[in-house]
Amino acid sequence: MTHASMAAPAPKTEPNPTPVTPVRNSGRYLYAATVILLCAWVLVPLYFLLVNTLSSPEQVSTFPKSFIPEFDLGSLQFFAGFQGILNALKNSIIVASMTMVMSILFGAPAGYALSRFEFRGKETFRVLILLTRAFPLPLLALPLAVLFIRTGLDDTTFGLALVHTTLALPFAVLITFSLFSGIPVELEEAAWTLGCTRFTAFTKVVLPLILPGITASAIFAFVISWNEVFAAAVLTIENRTLTAFLLQTLGEAPLHLKFAGGFILVVPALIFIFAVRKYLFSMWGIANR
Amino acid sequence: MRGDLQKDTNDMAEIQIKNVAKTFGAYQALHSIDLAIADQEFMVLLGASGCGKTTLLRIIAGLETASIGEVWIGGRRVDHLAPKDRGIAMVFQNYAVFPHLTVFENIGFGLRMAKMPNDEVKRRVERTASLMHIEQLLKRYSGELSGGQRQRVAVARALAMEPDVILMDEPLSNLDALLRLEMRAELKGVLAESKTTAIYVTHDQVEAMSLADRISVMHQGRIIQAASPIEVYRNPAAQFVAGFLGNPPMNFLRAEKAGDGKWNVAGETVDGPRGAEAPLQFAIRPEDMQIADQGLPAQVRLVEPLGAHLLVTCDVDGTMLRAVLDSDLSLKAGDHIKLAPQPDRVRWFDPETTKAVA
Ligand SMILES: Nc1ncnc2c1ncn2[C@@H]1O[C@H](COP(=O)(O)OP(=O)(O)O)[C@@H](O)[C@H]1O
Ligand SMILES: [Mg+2]
Repeated sequence: MTHASMAAPAPKTEPNPTPVTPVRNSGRYLYAATVILLCAWVLVPLYFLLVNTLSSPEQVSTFPKSFIPEFDLGSLQFFAGFQGILNALKNSIIVASMTMVMSILFGAPAGYALSRFEFRGKETFRVLILLTRAFPLPLLALPLAVLFIRTGLDDTTFGLALVHTTLALPFAVLITFSLFSGIPVELEEAAWTLGCTRFTAFTKVVLPLILPGITASAIFAFVISWNEVFAAAVLTIENRTLTAFLLQTLGEAPLHLKFAGGFILVVPALIFIFAVRKYLFSMWGIANR
Repeated sequence: MRGDLQKDTNDMAEIQIKNVAKTFGAYQALHSIDLAIADQEFMVLLGASGCGKTTLLRIIAGLETASIGEVWIGGRRVDHLAPKDRGIAMVFQNYAVFPHLTVFENIGFGLRMAKMPNDEVKRRVERTASLMHIEQLLKRYSGELSGGQRQRVAVARALAMEPDVILMDEPLSNLDALLRLEMRAELKGVLAESKTTAIYVTHDQVEAMSLADRISVMHQGRIIQAASPIEVYRNPAAQFVAGFLGNPPMNFLRAEKAGDGKWNVAGETVDGPRGAEAPLQFAIRPEDMQIADQGLPAQVRLVEPLGAHLLVTCDVDGTMLRAVLDSDLSLKAGDHIKLAPQPDRVRWFDPETTKAVA
């Protein structure tokens, strides 16, 4: 459009180049710059994490850095042989899987009820769900630890999974609530008139339609548990998850091992978030599909 | 293939609605509805948006529970039964075609739920699909269909069940005008052939007139009149019905008593009811008037040529009145004319009760 207004040979036919153009353009540059800045904010540290993980120990502490990793797998190999790390990895997977299953098992029915039924205190219930995130975990950690020791849940993967489920549940409820709300009630009603009970209508019509979203919500719960470090560090001793284990053991470790440990933590989370990105968008109301 | 879709004729499916009322919180959506629908009858529920048509239909389907009253289908009280046990099938306003299933599986959904053998499902799906002219779409998903095609799938899915009663909630309202006309004619044929009792909800009076065996005109949660289309049109039981049906609607003029069976309308003396004393409303349809030497004095305000007719709006004694006249007439605004009502088409209403007066 600037092209047309700048075209000199026909100034008479277009005597009035649109004055909004420069304003609109500068707005666009600002927008692009912001986007680039935000992306860099996230991507640059990740990139250096990758570079340092794939660098030899000497290279990690030198400066200036090379932007191309030298593909030294030494640090990663060290971790593969590190004592207790496989056990921690196993614990992380167990806890995250239990969190995933439990948060869907409890979250999806709550989401369904919120989207389909009118009941007293519905709004309060919704607020309460969010309020569970209002108490910082450090505040709860001590009473929880005491309670867990009394009930024998301390230092168990199940006990930790319970705590993680509490963290993941609000998201599971809100995601599934928006998923169920996106399915017209008429589809269920049509199924009822065609011979379904409430239950079979759910399994034959609703479930197939929301399964991808449920999967995403489950993976999200998995990531929350995978990344959680505070409760894991407080509530477990022998059965540490990967995050807690790395926090404990890498405190005094050499720099290149810290990078490699960070890398091991970040990559699964990144992959998961990438897999569920479109559901996160829909949860935040940015896009519907 | 003809008659193949006919349901078992021993299976009478008359519907009785007895004193049904429905309240949503403090709001009363339906007031004591009584309605009987005969086996194989095509009943249209007609009324403006928000008058309770959908609510009544959903109560019959079992998707909504009545606050009080009884619903009987085929001599069986059904109000405590789930939708699936009532012998009904329903066509929803927005079609409700299952997006995760092909057209074939959509039409066969109810049959599969009834555990019908595969070859029977296939036979019935193909038959109803060909009836609705969608045989070539059986492998598609709903996302790959136009609105009209989805509509056909929804009807086919209901018909494939061979229900005793088919319930339709404004099934054509989401289609464009031309398609609506086409589907209307088709639905009428298909349903007549299937010999299914049908209840059809619409706010479109033309649709109602063209489809119905009987029309129930609803207003503010009540059934004002239930009668054949021509009866509802010619002999509206209440002023609301007279004003709701017909386009343009019926004209009303104030009438003062001028003697035994004589009424003064706009200065003219007209024969009318004998019993009544108080002023009445004189009512006449726009197409039931002609220009004559004797008649209601009128001043033309607006002339709208509609091709086949001339729609003339005129001032009669301070009241606006519309007449549909011959298109050959050369009339213009300001002309003084006399409009003669066709005597046997004149109706009378009591302004107090708004009911018709004989
Ligand atoms: N679930 C409901 N809760 C509250 N009010 C409702 C509900 N369903 C319908 N209504 C009200 O009942 C009235 C009749 O609605 P409806 O039967 O859908 O009308 P129609 O189909 O004739 O347009 C409307 O005023 C509507 O707002
Ligand atoms: Mg409606």
